[in-house]
Amino acid sequence: MGLTVHKYDAVVIGAGGAGMRCALQLARAGLRVAVLSKVFPTRSHTVAAQGGIGASLGNMDEDNWHYHFYDTVKGSDWLGDQDAIEYMCREAPKVVYELEHMGMPFDRNPDGTIYQRPFGGHSAKYGEKPVPRACAAADRTGHAMLHTLYQQNVKSKTTFFVEWMALDIIRDADGDAVGVTALEMETGDVAIFHAKCVLFATGGAGRIFAASTNAFINTGDGLGMAARAGIPLEDMEFWQFHPTGVYNAGVLLTEGCRGEGAILRNKDGERFMERYAPKLKDLAPRDFISRCMDQEIKEGRGCGPNGDYIALDLTHLGAETIMKRLPSVHEIGKNFANVDVIKESIPVVPTIHYQMGGIPTNIHGQVVVPKDGNPNSVVNGLYAIGECSCVSVHGANRLGTNSLLDLLVFGRAAGNHLVDTALASRAFKPLPANAGDYSLARIDKLDSSSGGEYPQDVANDLRKSMQLHAGVFRTQKTMDEGVVQVLAIAQRAENLSLKDKSKVFNTARIEALEVANLMESAKATMVSAAARHESRGAHSVDDYSDSAEFPLGRNDKQWMKHTLWYSEGNRLDYKPVNLKPLTVDSIPPVKRTF
Amino acid sequence: MITDLELSKLRWRCRRGFLENDLILTRLLERRGANFSTEEHQQLLSLIALDDNDLWEIIAGRTDVFPAGADAMVATLRQTRITH
Repeated sequence: MGLTVHKYDAVVIGAGGAGMRCALQLARAGLRVAVLSKVFPTRSHTVAAQGGIGASLGNMDEDNWHYHFYDTVKGSDWLGDQDAIEYMCREAPKVVYELEHMGMPFDRNPDGTIYQRPFGGHSAKYGEKPVPRACAAADRTGHAMLHTLYQQNVKSKTTFFVEWMALDIIRDADGDAVGVTALEMETGDVAIFHAKCVLFATGGAGRIFAASTNAFINTGDGLGMAARAGIPLEDMEFWQFHPTGVYNAGVLLTEGCRGEGAILRNKDGERFMERYAPKLKDLAPRDFISRCMDQEIKEGRGCGPNGDYIALDLTHLGAETIMKRLPSVHEIGKNFANVDVIKESIPVVPTIHYQMGGIPTNIHGQVVVPKDGNPNSVVNGLYAIGECSCVSVHGANRLGTNSLLDLLVFGRAAGNHLVDTALASRAFKPLPANAGDYSLARIDKLDSSSGGEYPQDVANDLRKSMQLHAGVFRTQKTMDEGVVQVLAIAQRAENLSLKDKSKVFNTARIEALEVANLMESAKATMVSAAARHESRGAHSVDDYSDSAEFPLGRNDKQWMKHTLWYSEGNRLDYKPVNLKPLTVDSIPPVKRTF
Repeated sequence: MITDLELSKLRWRCRRGFLENDLILTRLLERRGANFSTEEHQQLLSLIALDDNDLWEIIAGRTDVFPAGADAMVATLRQTRITH
């Protein structure tokens, strides 16, 4: 074999909120933990989260986890698993207080309790009225969380391997995970991490789309590794869009600008939301506005020389209001659109924001796959947490603030499960004789390549195709065409060439490895979307619209089920949604109205 | 002048936690990266060692508190920010 072997009780891939919360739980129990990260831990994408962590502390108004549970089930459009949702909402106050005790600088009320702000979709008394539930550290909640968790991990002696890219899962003859291969960027060498368990916390794959709010590091590495190892990906057709991402940049313009009165206009200057949502107009829900914007563009009323964006108009608000209440919007206009929003409108498009699907897990973070008639058979030694996983608490649509909560609750749960099942006293399973060969072959193929296309060219074509065929506005025809096109692009990705064949910090080689992961994520998304013949949550298809039989296009009879996409054979399977919570009554499906 | 290896490392370390920094730093490297002087390289290294939010505050011009000696690179980044 000849590769360097590092041996740890647990190896965590990814140093965002989920990975570090899990690592902390393990390290505090005295286990030897390695965390691998492509970038320095506090530069993980969790740093971008601003809004807060949802938890029914009830510090501002009456609240309890039952209300949070109801909101999340409804928000998921009844695709979320109610056992997982109950678990998350019940654990929420606990994980927030734990973080507070670790030193997280939450905003405070005058009486010293944690301040909570309202957020879309969160209500008291089962939808009766909005409730402040988001616990935040100003607009730097993710940043504060990462720093708190990193400091605690350092204190607990977690070992960080920074600028290492995990390549592939090593599974033994029983199918159990016994380690991973990883590339050290500083040397270009591949090493093996031999472990009693492998935990994926690699974040989402938002960079499969051309218009994305995600950082460049979000290339779906865990999804690619799982797919190549024969693990299915669950519910990948569900992606959350944010309506106001800056055209050609993706940077988000806060919902606050529409709250202050900003108006979306088409090329004729028409305030088109008046047609689609006469009451709420520009303040309709995110997914609804996004679909309307896309419809305007598709029907030829988009703005600009190519008619491919919508204008967000703030000019009527006046300079004083904009500079006082929306200074960041003014700044973003200047920096990313070359526009002074006081004087002119800013080009926006619905922009990919969050991946609801991922690697299927149970509430302990254990990866589960169908086997011998059991749809949720555990893969020994393999865990997934955070955005790369699908537990599934977000179902077809995520509520704001539930993403940071998901990281904390299931990162901690996975750690606890390993500690409670006596990981420390378990023996290491031996590595297979050929461990590492598959990854080395992948690298060798790149290093000996010639005459193929460059990784970024293929990745850019993939992004354009995904945006066109699996964007916010979907039709059966465009999705079917998208399947053909994405599979063709995936074929091209099999023959990438590197201009630079050096070993040390060869970014082209790293990007080529990322492209392989993007491809798996994109194929899963496109194929799963084309196969789901209904509209549900973020998966809204023009062909499946509102009818008496299928309110809002949702077909519970045939489609209240989770999609499972397998890379091998590009095939699909399905498994039932768990409608049975752990201790309370199920929330029965009804038409989702607001 | 910056070496190829130094430029490669810089490219990777300009991969950040949020998109705003990714976009400005990529824009800078595409325009100027290959021609950085040793001094410019050192200045940029001192800035990208900061956390993403702190770096963005500097790039956006919200603060003038930044590592000593990095004035010229801060000015370059701010110029890169506003030129499309």
